[in-house]
Amino acid sequence: MAATLQNLPESPAEVAEALGDAAYLADDSTALISYLAQRLGKPILVEGPAGVGKTELAKALSRATGRELVRLQCYEGLDEAKALYEWNYRKQLLQIQATASTKEDGSDPVNMGEIFTAEFLLERPLMKAIANPEPVVLLIDEIDKTDQEFEAMLLELLSDFQITIPEMGRIGATTHPIVLLTSNNSRELTEALKRRCLYLWLDYPNREREIEIIRLHAPEIDVALAGRLVDVIDMVRELDLKKPPSIAESIDWARTLILMGADDIDEKTFRESLSIIIKHRTDLDLVAEKIVPRLG
Amino acid sequence: MSDLPSGMTEQILAFCEALRSEEVAIGTSEIQDAFRALEIVPWTSPVDFKEALATTVAKSPRDREVFDLVFDRHFFRATEEAALEHSPEGADGHRAKLSEGAREELGMEALAEAIRQAIADGDESAMNELARLAIEAFGRQSESSGVVGVDMQRIRRGLGISPSSDSSGDAEGEGEPLDRDQIARFERQLRRELQRQQITRQGQLPPARPLSDLNRSLPMRGAQDLAAVHKAVAQMKRRLATLGHDPRGAKRGRTVDVRRTMRSSLETGGVPLNLRYRPRRPRKPEIYVLCDVSTSVSSASTFFLSVLHALHDSFRKLRSFVFIERISEVTQVFEDERDFTAIAEKITSTGGVADVSGYTDYGRVWNEFLTDVSADLGPRSTVIVLGDARTNGRPPAEDVFARVADRANRTFWLNPEPELYWNYGDSVMSAYTPFCDGAFECWKTEHLEQFVDVVASGKVEAGQSTARKYTSGHRY
Repeated sequence: MAATLQNLPESPAEVAEALGDAAYLADDSTALISYLAQRLGKPILVEGPAGVGKTELAKALSRATGRELVRLQCYEGLDEAKALYEWNYRKQLLQIQATASTKEDGSDPVNMGEIFTAEFLLERPLMKAIANPEPVVLLIDEIDKTDQEFEAMLLELLSDFQITIPEMGRIGATTHPIVLLTSNNSRELTEALKRRCLYLWLDYPNREREIEIIRLHAPEIDVALAGRLVDVIDMVRELDLKKPPSIAESIDWARTLILMGADDIDEKTFRESLSIIIKHRTDLDLVAEKIVPRLG
Repeated sequence: MSDLPSGMTEQILAFCEALRSEEVAIGTSEIQDAFRALEIVPWTSPVDFKEALATTVAKSPRDREVFDLVFDRHFFRATEEAALEHSPEGADGHRAKLSEGAREELGMEALAEAIRQAIADGDESAMNELARLAIEAFGRQSESSGVVGVDMQRIRRGLGISPSSDSSGDAEGEGEPLDRDQIARFERQLRRELQRQQITRQGQLPPARPLSDLNRSLPMRGAQDLAAVHKAVAQMKRRLATLGHDPRGAKRGRTVDVRRTMRSSLETGGVPLNLRYRPRRPRKPEIYVLCDVSTSVSSASTFFLSVLHALHDSFRKLRSFVFIERISEVTQVFEDERDFTAIAEKITSTGGVADVSGYTDYGRVWNEFLTDVSADLGPRSTVIVLGDARTNGRPPAEDVFARVADRANRTFWLNPEPELYWNYGDSVMSAYTPFCDGAFECWKTEHLEQFVDVVASGKVEAGQSTARKYTSGHRY
């Protein structure tokens, strides 16, 4: 392990501060787990509702540590050719042709070892993260969208930070990446995967923290208005909605309110800007019915 | 590196053991991780210690909930025990002394004021201390009811602490108004303290663990259960969607279209640089679901309807039928209505369930299905029957069912009764199982997930069900 090359943080507080500088307000457990992940070299599995800043945490870690962010967005049917590596076989074919034509007598067939080298390898995100000479932050986003088979393939990478290519052998990580996996909990992940990760459950922040976060991202907003905004958002989240408003949406709403020049959230401004936080037809009706009368 | 104090290692191992007994699956590697984490986290900081332990051993929100409970119980006990060993007076002696001093200074009024102050300051440790004092103070006034919620209520009312919104009209609305979150924090402390006392009094976890139990049993009701069903079905959809192409290397197994490859190789001087493949025909399953809604399955029919509902959300080509004595198609109802309760109502009232006697007549149902629908069945269709196979003594007509199963590619039967009850009484399950590719008991969402796994993996376990044909087809 190349831990000595990197300047590892000394305490959770240091991580929290670095994340703060990278415009991410981490709570105690987030900071502690980020710290542990760096010190122990273990991947973090981040779960929680949509839009609480799971992906943002990876971005912030990348900014805070000054490492490059390598991102793998997962989707149904994602396979190793798109996630790990692929042989650039056009190049291989051309190579074979080129060698064959130089050896006019045709005595030697092409040595197969020559065309299965790093030169003919197309690196996909996971490979890129492993083979990068600089340490990186690897984000495997929405791992729950893939199949269990893909999860199983990740196991080697996550526990040993290495990839086995049949033609070339093992490729180990030269540096130790910080790995984050995010999941929206749309299906249960396998025990094997969870076992290899540190677990972080991110939830909606409490009132003070959300106000802080909003003021961080929309600094022009008035404190009282931010407080009022968070209260209204809280009310909305308590309803049984298809898609409750996330932090990202609170921030968008704050920015919208600034643009609208609103200094309070009354019925009119609420109705006008409702579509910023509510993204479902049936939700709109429900909110209009339940929340609007309470705004007073 | 901070070394763990002596005895701590055993404590942590015992703690993990306690977690395991509460059905939190912890592997040895996870315990090792916990120790590695504790090496670099100062164990003297309670929050860090707990979080470091939690992140390495509790890996789902549910596990975390259990973790919190067990953590409090375990380490609270451990400290009590240690205190007993070290001081002759015992831990209670220490605490009594503390409150003795406080008792003199703090009357009820002053106590309420101090708590108010601590809440406003957000001082966790002071709150904890005061919560204990408050419990003790109220414990002297009257006997504890033994129910945490009731005690909480009583103490809260006695202290006159309520959110600012409510107390604005109160006579004692003095001092700064407190917001809900802050009070909630104090109440959490109070509740925890009360629970702790109860736990130590009884020497065990509170018997009711609604979270882990509620999750699992049928009949399914309410939005949360519906969500669980939807989740299982979404999983099924995903697995069916990726079924058929080998997930490792999507290009593997694709057939090269030689003619088009040769044609395109002309551009590159006869070297086939760009391979052309035959387009892959995506598998589009057609699903026919028959759902029993008679009274004998009434407790499960809500569950089944929600399964149907979820299936409709996920599959385009799905036709659904409900039956009691006769069969009626409800595909349209599901397509028109989004809301589950509305669907349930429509189906049971106007959905046109042709029902004369209210008793299921499977024989008649198969006959009707065969004449009305089975012409549409083909090699791509899957028939799923949700029912208990209780015929009320009427002829099961398994030969007709066999013809239906024969026309369809695959036939599955989900029975809402535990397998133990099959073939008892008027259940004729065994008449049908030979014609099904799989018959499963299905009265929990877990069973549904199991079914999904089996269907998606293309394998039918021979042990639990009678498999007539092995229609894993294109795989294996």
